[in-house]
Amino acid sequence: MTAIQAIFLVTSVVILGSALMVVTTRNLVHAALWLVVALFGVAVIFVVLNAGFLAIAQVVIYIGAIAILMIFAIMLTQRVAQDSGPQTNPNWVWAFLVAAALFGGLTWLLSAWSGFTTPLPEISSRADPLRQLGQALVSPNAYVLPFEVASVLLVAALIGAIMIAWDRKVDKGD
Amino acid sequence: MIPLSWYLILAAALFCIGLYGVLARKNAVAILMGIELMLNSVNINLVAFWRYITPEVIAGQAFAVMVFAVAAAEVAVGLALVISIYRRRSTVVADEIDMLRL
Repeated sequence: MTAIQAIFLVTSVVILGSALMVVTTRNLVHAALWLVVALFGVAVIFVVLNAGFLAIAQVVIYIGAIAILMIFAIMLTQRVAQDSGPQTNPNWVWAFLVAAALFGGLTWLLSAWSGFTTPLPEISSRADPLRQLGQALVSPNAYVLPFEVASVLLVAALIGAIMIAWDRKVDKGD
Repeated sequence: MIPLSWYLILAAALFCIGLYGVLARKNAVAILMGIELMLNSVNINLVAFWRYITPEVIAGQAFAVMVFAVAAAEVAVGLALVISIYRRRSTVVADEIDMLRL
């Protein structure tokens, strides 16, 4: 077993274990912290896949913004964080069966695919994926339109989020 | 030397764990966490296919960047809805949010 395989296996175990903790642990703050561990593991997977920019973006966007936003939401809905009852709804057995069946089905489908065991192709030393990505995101021949649409979507969603979460009663009070 | 299959199995397992979280958890914030896990597994798949199948075309990474943007938008709107509902109903349990039910 090579070093890269060992790194991959350890990271996978960490990701899957912490993802299981996210969906099963009772305390929501702990679930959010386990989510941070899982997201960091995915960043490590990106590094193993030679996608350095995405690894940094994963840490900055997911861990730096999204996970912190979740922790704030949990703290703002405080009574729920100490909820002592069961944290799963009565249909959790069905949910488990659906998830297990989907995993079995996906694995079976993928194992029938001829490209399933594609070996790692060499990246030529002259190619620069980061430069390629940067140019693809602003080039009219590539992805400038989807990229701008995603930007507009993000701005619209953030403005909408402010409007939805705005407490007008408090605003009128003073 | 890792074959592509390892990444695909990892992504499938992560997706199914996230799906279980979405279907089984009561709390709306926990459901959003499950969605985050599913989006992350999709990103692993996109980047793995880019690296193994078409390393000379950057499409996989470009789409992963867009998944990032959509995930940020989704979680911002979702959490704003959760906070707004909590303010009016004092609950974030998905089963108890049934104002639209006749």
